[in-house]
Amino acid sequence: MDDRTPPLLVHNGEGFLLERFPLGTRVVYPPEALPPVRDVEEAIQNALLHPIESEPLPELLRPGMRLTIAFDDISLPLPPMKKPDIRQRVIEAVLTMAADAGVDDVELISANALHRRLTPNELREIVGERVFRSFFPDGKLYNFDAEDTENLTHLGQTEHGEDVEISRRAAESDLLVYVNVNLVAMDGGHKSTSIGLASYKSLKHHHNSHTMIHSRSFMDHKASKMHHSAWRMGAVLTEHVKVFQIETTLNNDIFGGPLEFLQKREWEWSIKDQASMLATKRGLDLAPAKLRHKIFTDVRSNYGLTGIHAGKIEPVHEKTIDNVHRQHLVEVQGQSDVAIMGVPFVGPYNVNSVMNPILAACMGLGYYFNSYRGNPVVRKDGAVILYHPVDYEFSQLHHPSYVDFFEEVLSESTDPATIEAKFEKQYAEDPWYIHLYRTSYAYHGVHPFYMWYWISHALDHCGDIVWVGANRKTVERMGFRSASTLQDALEMVSHSVGRSPSITYLHNPPHLLADVR
Amino acid sequence: MMLALEMYRSPAKYLAARAMGSRIPGILTGPAAPLRLVTIEEPKADRAGWARIRPILSGICGSDLGMVTGHTKLYFSALVSLPFVPGHEIVGELLEDCEDLPKGTRVVMDSVLTCAARGVEPCQGCASGTTNRCDRITVGHVAPGLQTGFCQDTGGGWGNVMVAHRSQLYAVPDGLSDERAVLAEPLAGAVHAALGAKVEAGQSVLVSGAGAVGLFATLALRELTQAGRITVVAKHPKQRELAKAFGASDVVAPDEVFRGVRRSTGAFRVKPELNAKEFLLGGVDVAVDAVGSKDSIDTVLRVTKAGGRVVLSGMPSTGADLSPVWFRELQLSGTYASSRQEPNGRPAFETALEIAAKAPLDGVVGARYPLYRWREALDHAQSAGRLGTVKVAFDVRAS
Ligand SMILES: [Zn+2]
Ligand SMILES: [Zn+2]
Repeated sequence: MDDRTPPLLVHNGEGFLLERFPLGTRVVYPPEALPPVRDVEEAIQNALLHPIESEPLPELLRPGMRLTIAFDDISLPLPPMKKPDIRQRVIEAVLTMAADAGVDDVELISANALHRRLTPNELREIVGERVFRSFFPDGKLYNFDAEDTENLTHLGQTEHGEDVEISRRAAESDLLVYVNVNLVAMDGGHKSTSIGLASYKSLKHHHNSHTMIHSRSFMDHKASKMHHSAWRMGAVLTEHVKVFQIETTLNNDIFGGPLEFLQKREWEWSIKDQASMLATKRGLDLAPAKLRHKIFTDVRSNYGLTGIHAGKIEPVHEKTIDNVHRQHLVEVQGQSDVAIMGVPFVGPYNVNSVMNPILAACMGLGYYFNSYRGNPVVRKDGAVILYHPVDYEFSQLHHPSYVDFFEEVLSESTDPATIEAKFEKQYAEDPWYIHLYRTSYAYHGVHPFYMWYWISHALDHCGDIVWVGANRKTVERMGFRSASTLQDALEMVSHSVGRSPSITYLHNPPHLLADVR
Repeated sequence: MMLALEMYRSPAKYLAARAMGSRIPGILTGPAAPLRLVTIEEPKADRAGWARIRPILSGICGSDLGMVTGHTKLYFSALVSLPFVPGHEIVGELLEDCEDLPKGTRVVMDSVLTCAARGVEPCQGCASGTTNRCDRITVGHVAPGLQTGFCQDTGGGWGNVMVAHRSQLYAVPDGLSDERAVLAEPLAGAVHAALGAKVEAGQSVLVSGAGAVGLFATLALRELTQAGRITVVAKHPKQRELAKAFGASDVVAPDEVFRGVRRSTGAFRVKPELNAKEFLLGGVDVAVDAVGSKDSIDTVLRVTKAGGRVVLSGMPSTGADLSPVWFRELQLSGTYASSRQEPNGRPAFETALEIAAKAPLDGVVGARYPLYRWREALDHAQSAGRLGTVKVAFDVRAS
């Protein structure tokens, strides 16, 4: 960044800012969108007919068999995808082959683990109208229910004593087809089935503060303790269940139409881009909160398919990771004293909802902070500066236990291990949260704990965490500080990083994965 | 002759005072002020069993403030005799022998003016030891008055001399400071409330309010029952801190009660239509209301589980919605003053003095005023919670 650099766009919840960063700030942009696969249908057919280390899908299908198709839930991709969703296309292809083979016992399960149930409309958006109409009314298309004890099967334990307990239907199927959308390197692989279809009993072995603080990073499944555990569970699971894994990867083409300027570099903005940026910004600044919320909730992204691979889980996932890295990896030379990140309006856990303070923290310090390979972008004991309003705003429908977590748990401690020991079990077993998870559209009671564990690596690593323009009270409750301007924030962190720190601005979204050398 | 604060207008006449707003000096300097500092005759102790007492410290109770601000119900107008000297939370010194208690003994006083003090045959309540339920509080050789501090003949703690009957008095153990002893009366009330709440081992309890009544109730519940989780509703930081020190398992803000109780008891939460107040299915086993406001009572009724017990410990206002009492089959009970024969077989005052000796009560009497600074004293008491004070007292000897 030099004195000719225009102010840069920073995502800031349901809106954005144009910020002038100090001279010398290093800006890391997400890579350009990769060219998409031209013929998606052909790519799907090719993957299913020529799978990796597996018989072609049609050879695995026979009359009288039990076939279960599980698919990634609404937390992917972000923002949601324009119609038709890639999952719809894959599922239709699988169903066509199943029909050709005379398979009539088919069920489709949203692999939402402890995430909230999807509404019928949300299911329809993913699987498409035809599949929805054929399966939903008969109860053959449904959300996984991790609390439906009668419909869970305990498959055994890993050599580390970890329980593997998953959907009974999936466990008792002759074939389990998993349809994945891979946006970041954390997803996919054994995480799909052994986490997406698992119960709390199973999940707690890796979704805990110890494992999550030692997962460096989540984006590198070989360095992530959570993934090690999932891989061990996957080994147990695949001993019992035949899994045909289908993984898809998407490019970075997420903001189209009038929001296209959001994914260009500021100095490349055309007059038209600048005009639409100003119009959008002015519109958003003036719009009442409800309208602003609707504008962002309605965003649907173009995305292009960059790859699809099917077959045996591990080799398929290796291909997937290659594709994800091809799209997301950005080489970054050395760590810096300060990392700056804007937290946008949507994360995996607030699709069609609001981003509450815990989710905002998780988005910045869980997702973005951990989006590195090798070393974090910011040095040990360096500072992270985030942008988000962090309003005191919760969805009672989607995040009831988050409110309690924020009020009760965080007022007592922000230390992940303390919180885990004292409160996790109570929240996980609270009958009201379980009721709302099972019958309404609430995240499981324990979910905010996972969000908090996820930021524990950042809490441990960073000397200072400051939010610009955020609600002081909510930020302080979480143990952070707030500043009204970037200048103030830099002033506040100067005691730990000095008066002229090296600064890196991570210009996401779209997503990037910093390969810090 | 002696110096005393005197209540001289009937509640009906000074109801107008309420229009003055909640600031005590406004009420007390206004045209309808019900209280004044006067020099009057000392009360007489010329019957057997009666003796004169010189108050040392005399607390200001919520019911005193209710009187002064005109918030006390007309119900009580038949149970007082004007003019009277308020003050029923006292520690004082006997000015003469009182039966077995020699002159100079430090005493605290159960203020209820029962059959024994009035020289009449014991009513059913008195005969059974539930002296706070006495039915004779308007007759006998003492003027009407439910308690010392509301009775023309006895004087009260807010004056230099008062009289009391032997049946009311308890000697203060040596070594118990005046600051602790003056809390014996409200502590006795808390002992009575805690024992009356019939909390069984492990049961969850909600105490709504963290003024003196709520805090002492918390303390007594912790001391005298096997209560499990005790949740206290507190507004102010100092109250939160004291509630924890007195045995609360957790403390919630008034707007956090539904959330907090639902969480701690694993209850289900129900929200009726049209902004009606929500309620819980499930909830605490026992709730103690130590505020008396409509809001507080509405809340405790809505967070107590079916078949549970709700104890009204603060003087209740009107207008609370009783639907939950019916629908949830709640047992609703009141608790007033304390009795000579509590469920543990002892006078509440004896238990209270024991608690006063060992509980973390230092600093609970947070301010002392001479009688002539009574406007400040009452104003301070009215805002005690906000100011971080639990109990304001008159330092009568300094007057
Ligand atoms: Zn009183
Ligand atoms: Zn009686």
